[in-house]
Amino acid sequence: MIEEFAVVWAQRALLFSGFLTTLWISALASLGALGLGAALSMALMSRHPPVARLTTILVDAMRCVPFLLFAYLIYYGLPSLGVQLGNFSSGVAALVVYHMAYMAELLRGAWAGLPTETIEAGRAFGFHGFGLFRRVILPPVIEASLPNLGNQVIQVIKDSAFLTIIAVQELTHAATAIQATYYVPFGSFIAAVMLYWLLCLAVEGMVGLASARAEARR
Amino acid sequence: MTGADYLSLLQGAVSTLLFSIAAMVIGIPAGLGLALVRWARVPFLSQVVALLVSILRAAPAVTLALLIFFALPRTGLSLGPVAAGIATLALSTTAFNCEIWRAALLALPRDQLDAALAMGMPRALRFRRIVLPQVARAALPALVNELTLLIKVSPAVAVLGVVDITRAAVRIGAETYEPLPPFMAALVIYSLIVFLFVRMQRLVERRLA
Repeated sequence: MIEEFAVVWAQRALLFSGFLTTLWISALASLGALGLGAALSMALMSRHPPVARLTTILVDAMRCVPFLLFAYLIYYGLPSLGVQLGNFSSGVAALVVYHMAYMAELLRGAWAGLPTETIEAGRAFGFHGFGLFRRVILPPVIEASLPNLGNQVIQVIKDSAFLTIIAVQELTHAATAIQATYYVPFGSFIAAVMLYWLLCLAVEGMVGLASARAEARR
Repeated sequence: MTGADYLSLLQGAVSTLLFSIAAMVIGIPAGLGLALVRWARVPFLSQVVALLVSILRAAPAVTLALLIFFALPRTGLSLGPVAAGIATLALSTTAFNCEIWRAALLALPRDQLDAALAMGMPRALRFRRIVLPQVARAALPALVNELTLLIKVSPAVAVLGVVDITRAAVRIGAETYEPLPPFMAALVIYSLIVFLFVRMQRLVERRLA
């Protein structure tokens, strides 16, 4: 087993580039999903019942979909819609669209728990529409849902491993390549699992720091 | 797509579902066992469990499946794709179930245990009559939630070449040269199954509330 890790260490450049790709994909997808999720949460909380109802159905339906099948669908589906994307871009697109629904639902939950006084005070100061959302509603909503958002980012990282099936050169893909060439299944996949673990610990740590800072500002 | 194709997608969906249910049947008691190790603060073992659970919770299902399928034969234990798939899902869900059981155990009122001790109940009886019924009730909604999450990730076992819903869709796509319709159908079929479990979860939550 020790020899296996030595082989993996010799191939560390490949593993590291896979790790960077996973990091990059997850960061892009998380930010994209958060941004679009915030927009979607506005629709979920809309004062026009048809808009709110339709978005709720869409979000609930998306949350029943398994990500692997969804990733395949985006990968094969986009070209027939006339959109030609590379593997990397269609992987990010799949992650963004999928996790956007989860992000929207998280933000909606925190928004529903927001004291109405805050929003009324915002209105009294002349805020309305998007300005009200961005300046008055979104900051406390993000702050309240930080731990849940962190969990969702971890979910994005874990789902990014599925993208190996559409040949995105991420961490699991790199580990599979090393295992296939040198036959070191134990070393390569343990190394990959450990790197995913580190990434998730880092996210948890950052969420902890951000929560502590938010608490201190109060 | 022919009727036979839809049928094979449906069969794939059922076998994927069965994988997750088998994994859950293993994972619920295994998770309880690990949670008890942590709850009882068994020296050394408790720390090992905490570390393993933390690593497993961060491991993507695909990576874990590949690890189990390719690396286990190295230790002399060779699992077929189906067994490796179930083992992957079971291992992953055990880690999550451990946290669910642990939360329920930590929420158990201290006085319940004290009362049982005052009655002179031996440890096994205390667990069976006092701890387990209350903890199981508290953990049930979260366990059902975990089951729906597990069903949602279970198509991951397709990377092992198991004949499941993903494989069926890939095969039909390759035969008809049109990959989109089978994936669309697979997505709808499987999402409906997940939806049924989500409804069941709501029902369980309402019953207990």
